[in-house]
Amino acid sequence: MSNAQIEIQLIACLVAVACAIPGTFLVLRKMAMISDAISHSILPGIVVGFFITQDLNSPLLILLAALTGIITVVLVEYIQKTGLVKEDTAIGLVFPVLFSIGVILIAKNANDVHLDVDAVLLGELAFAPFDRMIITGTDVGPKSLWIIGCILSFTIILLITFFKELKVSTFDAGLSASLGFSPAIIHYGLMTVSSVTTVGAFDAVGAILVVALMIAPAAAAYLLTTDLKRMILYACGFGIFSAIAGYWLAHSLDASIAGSITTMLGLLFLAVYLFAPGKGIIAVLYREKQQRIEVSLLTFLLHLKNHTEESERHVNHLNEHINWQKVRSKTVLNLALKNNMISIENRVVSLTKKGDAFTSQAIDYIMTNEHAQIEGMKDDFFLFRG
Amino acid sequence: MENKIAVQIDDLTVAYNYKPVLWDIDLEIPEGVLMAIVGPNGAGKSTLIKSILGILKPIAGSVSIYGKPYDKQRDQVAYVPQKGSVDWDFPTTALDVVMMGTYGSLGWIKRPGQKEKKAALEALEKVGMLPFKNRQISQLSGGQQQRIFLARALVQNASIYFMDEPFQGVDASTEIAIINILKALRKAGKTVIVVHHDLQTVPEYFDWVTFLNVKKIATGPVRDIFNDDNLTKTYGINYKVSVQE
Repeated sequence: MSNAQIEIQLIACLVAVACAIPGTFLVLRKMAMISDAISHSILPGIVVGFFITQDLNSPLLILLAALTGIITVVLVEYIQKTGLVKEDTAIGLVFPVLFSIGVILIAKNANDVHLDVDAVLLGELAFAPFDRMIITGTDVGPKSLWIIGCILSFTIILLITFFKELKVSTFDAGLSASLGFSPAIIHYGLMTVSSVTTVGAFDAVGAILVVALMIAPAAAAYLLTTDLKRMILYACGFGIFSAIAGYWLAHSLDASIAGSITTMLGLLFLAVYLFAPGKGIIAVLYREKQQRIEVSLLTFLLHLKNHTEESERHVNHLNEHINWQKVRSKTVLNLALKNNMISIENRVVSLTKKGDAFTSQAIDYIMTNEHAQIEGMKDDFFLFRG
Repeated sequence: MENKIAVQIDDLTVAYNYKPVLWDIDLEIPEGVLMAIVGPNGAGKSTLIKSILGILKPIAGSVSIYGKPYDKQRDQVAYVPQKGSVDWDFPTTALDVVMMGTYGSLGWIKRPGQKEKKAALEALEKVGMLPFKNRQISQLSGGQQQRIFLARALVQNASIYFMDEPFQGVDASTEIAIINILKALRKAGKTVIVVHHDLQTVPEYFDWVTFLNVKKIATGPVRDIFNDDNLTKTYGINYKVSVQE
């Protein structure tokens, strides 16, 4: 690997982590679309910032552009508050206007800058190593690396310092306000961090990838864990994985790095969406199927409990009486046998002691909805896991 | 009844988009009562609580908690929001939600430690939810979620408890468990204020009641003012609820 390759991957990884942290909270606050709005509407901020500073990597430019991000959020909230349009409509109204102002400003005034619409949308990660940071004559690495490194350190410090406040205001804004942690301050703090991160990442990876890096890793992590800290860590991990895997995908296809990283993010999310153990599609379908069988089992056991006479408990009769297909009867019978709930003698089915106790307990639960009674059953049966 | 006033509300008016939802409310809540706030949908019951707690800004009037503004008295007050106001799919556990009750006394930046965890476990025990402490909150039933919210308020160890419809969507056994805890709080000298919907249970559960419908209709001891006259004034139709002594 050449130095430039390592530097590109390092920048991509830092950008991914810097995006995943605010992204996790945006996803939990159901504000994913606001990152889309911010990433587009900072464009006029970048252009105006460039006119003032004449330097695309100036901290002042980053702050000016981030300010445009905040203005977007304020405008969206203002329009929404009038009650005339809904939030998603307000977002859709604000950011294209700001973005197009940026596009016009570039076309009119900044033709000699390396800002063009392609770069804005997809970034120029491949060129990042060319722009070096020189301190007292020594080359200390690409400027982008330093910028995103600073932003990431800042984000991590804020996250650790205000983790508790972020958590409570995201989960329960009402409680947060009553405890004295103003949800508005935390909200705008998060919006500021998201805007600054977007600007810092924008030059390297472009507007579209910024959105993908904020949302996709957090959305995938959400499906895998029930712990907020872990969700943040998983999101960072997914971001890093996609950054590196995406880089090598681009390398082998000789394609856009930003496009490849975004593709990897999409594939990663798809894989998690399908295979996540608890919330994934396959797990959900499997659980539904199990529940159907368990409901059948319960119906069957209840029938046995209510009918003690042998004629009612004959296998053939059961087929006709409960009105099941042969296959289903077989599945249910096997499940009941496996759990020692029934015994079959001369094709006559009887409830065992265990089966009898189980049926009473299950019926009791269905009638009273008392959860404490079925704690022991949750491990064996999907039906009772709620 | 003692004369000390826990919550004093003067001329409170609250509006959404310049449309008043609470008009000129004057209300004194004595210390140590278990009070229901009743009124039809849209009467401003939740709004009243949120305004007392500074979550909503009134356009006129003032609220004081033991004679001082709410900002100075946060540690005296615990709040149980409506269960439906939060996302129960949030990645966290029952214990962690209860721990959030300790955040107020910690203030900004400081993190909860062993002391807070111990307090949270005790509160979980009180509401009978200790076995579920590590369960993800979406895996709890509606009644269990409400108990978690109650435990979170208990851990605040406040003098005044505000609860927004704690009986909504809970099963009968949870309702009994909750009302027993509320009665125990009153016995310990706390003031408990509950937005309540089920008029039938008012005389059985509460000793104080406030009728609200945008304006305050009446407030006082249940045995004195919980009558057909006030119910009719509040709900607008002819109500007949027999009050049993």
